[in-house]
Amino acid sequence: MEYFPNILFALLLIAGIGYFARNVKKLARNIKLGKEADVSDNSSQRWKNMAMIALGQSKMVVRPIAGLLHIIVYVGFVIINIEVLEIILDGLLGTHRLFAFLGPVYNVLIGSFEILAFLVVVAVIIFWIRRNVIRLQRFLKPEMKGWPKKDGNLILYIELVLMFLFLTMNAADYQLQLKGAAHYASEAGIMGSFPISGFIAPLFENLSISSLILVERTAWWLHIVGILLFLNYLYYSKHLHILLAFPNTYYGNLKPKGQFKNLQSVTNEVKLMMDPEADPFAAPDEDAPEPEKFGASDVADLSWVQLLNAYTCTECGRCTSECPANQTGKKLSPRKIMMDTRDRLEAVGKNIDANKGSFVDDGKQLLDDYITREELWACTSCNACVEACPVSIDPLSIIMDMRQYLVMEQSAAPTDLNNMMGNIENNGAPWPFNQMDRLNWANES
Amino acid sequence: MAELFAKGEQPEVLFWVGCAGSFDDRAKKITKAFIRLLNKAEVSFAVLGTEESCTGDPAKRAGNEFLFQMQAVTNIEVMNAYEVKKVVTACPHCFNTIKNEYPGLGGNYEVLHHTQFLKQLFESGKLGLQGGTFKGKRITYHDPCYLGRANAVYEAPRELIKKLDAELVEMKNCRKKGLCCGAGGAQMFKEPENGDKDVNIERTEQAMETKPDIIAAACPFCNTMMTDGVKNKEKEASVAVMDIAELIAQAEEL
Ligand code: SF4
Ligand code: SF4
Repeated sequence: MEYFPNILFALLLIAGIGYFARNVKKLARNIKLGKEADVSDNSSQRWKNMAMIALGQSKMVVRPIAGLLHIIVYVGFVIINIEVLEIILDGLLGTHRLFAFLGPVYNVLIGSFEILAFLVVVAVIIFWIRRNVIRLQRFLKPEMKGWPKKDGNLILYIELVLMFLFLTMNAADYQLQLKGAAHYASEAGIMGSFPISGFIAPLFENLSISSLILVERTAWWLHIVGILLFLNYLYYSKHLHILLAFPNTYYGNLKPKGQFKNLQSVTNEVKLMMDPEADPFAAPDEDAPEPEKFGASDVADLSWVQLLNAYTCTECGRCTSECPANQTGKKLSPRKIMMDTRDRLEAVGKNIDANKGSFVDDGKQLLDDYITREELWACTSCNACVEACPVSIDPLSIIMDMRQYLVMEQSAAPTDLNNMMGNIENNGAPWPFNQMDRLNWANES
Repeated sequence: MAELFAKGEQPEVLFWVGCAGSFDDRAKKITKAFIRLLNKAEVSFAVLGTEESCTGDPAKRAGNEFLFQMQAVTNIEVMNAYEVKKVVTACPHCFNTIKNEYPGLGGNYEVLHHTQFLKQLFESGKLGLQGGTFKGKRITYHDPCYLGRANAVYEAPRELIKKLDAELVEMKNCRKKGLCCGAGGAQMFKEPENGDKDVNIERTEQAMETKPDIIAAACPFCNTMMTDGVKNKEKEASVAVMDIAELIAQAEEL
């Protein structure tokens, strides 16, 4: 029985990480449903972007208050993970504060973890107030109803509980060390420093050693179980961005934002048409590949980078709050475009799971069932959303791909635009003017 | 261009006039103002005239890749036949398309927006300006999306405005955070979707907050949108919407 806790812990760890690995596999499979995208260029610039934008949070601080609070929670998260490593090793080996041999360094570490934990608590409370009391506009848009709103708050609660458990654990531990309890106290003196939990410790002063151990163990177990649960919550949450922000900023667009990609399949066709040598009546090549579908009507028509974008979206709404269409009351919201894409991709993934690995038509698609045409046509292609996104997501590219499908596969452009395109085709200008009048301005005074 | 080429001459730069600059009555004035500046600076330039055709930008942003590429390839054939090396245009949409999207289709040129080109003319001393008509006026500058965010050109137009000795006042959304005028993405050619108000009205209100004498634009479509916005606010008597080329030309008394 002596090793029971160690074994139980090992099993928990395996289960927690195993389930997480399963979700990661599913995530990778879903993202790979997207089309090829060539992002092999310029890797040094890409690493730089990742370091600046994901690690360095350079775009978060464009909004200073939210940016600063986010950095606190983020740094807290990253650094407290060092402590989680010790917790895991202690759990497996049955030791107590394994890293204490680091001496003064250890004290500084534990001390700073505590201060960070405290700051995280403060930041999380302010975040909660922003969402629920001040009710910032961008958290209240229609696409945030239901699960997204709950998700946002749930994350804050989990973080709060984890930090409290961490501090309670330290406080009880501190008391135990003061009382010289076996296994806890060390001859070398107090291990760790407790600038925050030192304030909680007096509450435990009158507890017996056995009750203190109970408190400490309970907090320890709940803390690590909580972390494992949180890890597995990510896949279902906007919180996935804490992992995906890194690859997503790496694969982010490096070209000028105004440059939209030219479709290669169209280029081939145009070349053929312009080529005087080509025989317009030639029978189509027998083994010519199926003509490619233009644009996107469902998630599989998008590139895998666009799908990665969808999973990375933090639902922060910075894009939507900068969007001119959304600001003037149109239905379009670039955040909704990303959330719809993720929802649809999840539905497709579940469909594949339920049908033993192949997708069975469910009579739905991204276009119309998730994203409406009205939204698509309201976009001015202004790139404000792309510029605003703190994790290099490009909602505009999805809008453009879907417009392409509407126009090229369905000829379903608004009438005004059809007239405009007819004019370009016939007289080389979007208005009904004669090509031969193009130079008239030169002779007018 | 055809005439020069026939004579075996090669102009330094091709002025891409664009559809708005060729056909739209308001934008034609910008075209002419820019030409006066080019002549004053003794730049050797040419236009394609009737051989120019729409770059295909509105077709591409509306989703018609096929029509876009047909336009692009046709234009590229014309420009390559004339061995064009350098292109300048007063339209950020033409600028963006020729600069970024034509190279992949065989059109490689050095492409400048007219504000960049004018800035160069000032730097090389071909244009000079002392004070002038706009001294002390409040001018606010509206960043065109396809010049600013799309291509990170924020400073050239501002430097030109500063040459006027005028007071440049920024709107609350400027540079990277500049609000669209509402024309891009082929919106110019259709009715807006249902909403609370039109984008150009929102942007005009932002401009009005700076209490400007002049709203400076650097795009013929922004110019139209802002002009309509100012009319909607019944302020056309006190606030003018002008292209930067027009401001410089007028200050030069051209
Ligand atoms: S590009 Fe389209 S979706 Fe993005 S901010 Fe501009 S109008 Fe909104
Ligand atoms: S796309 Fe970017 S800016 Fe928009 S909600 Fe998602 S993370 Fe935020």
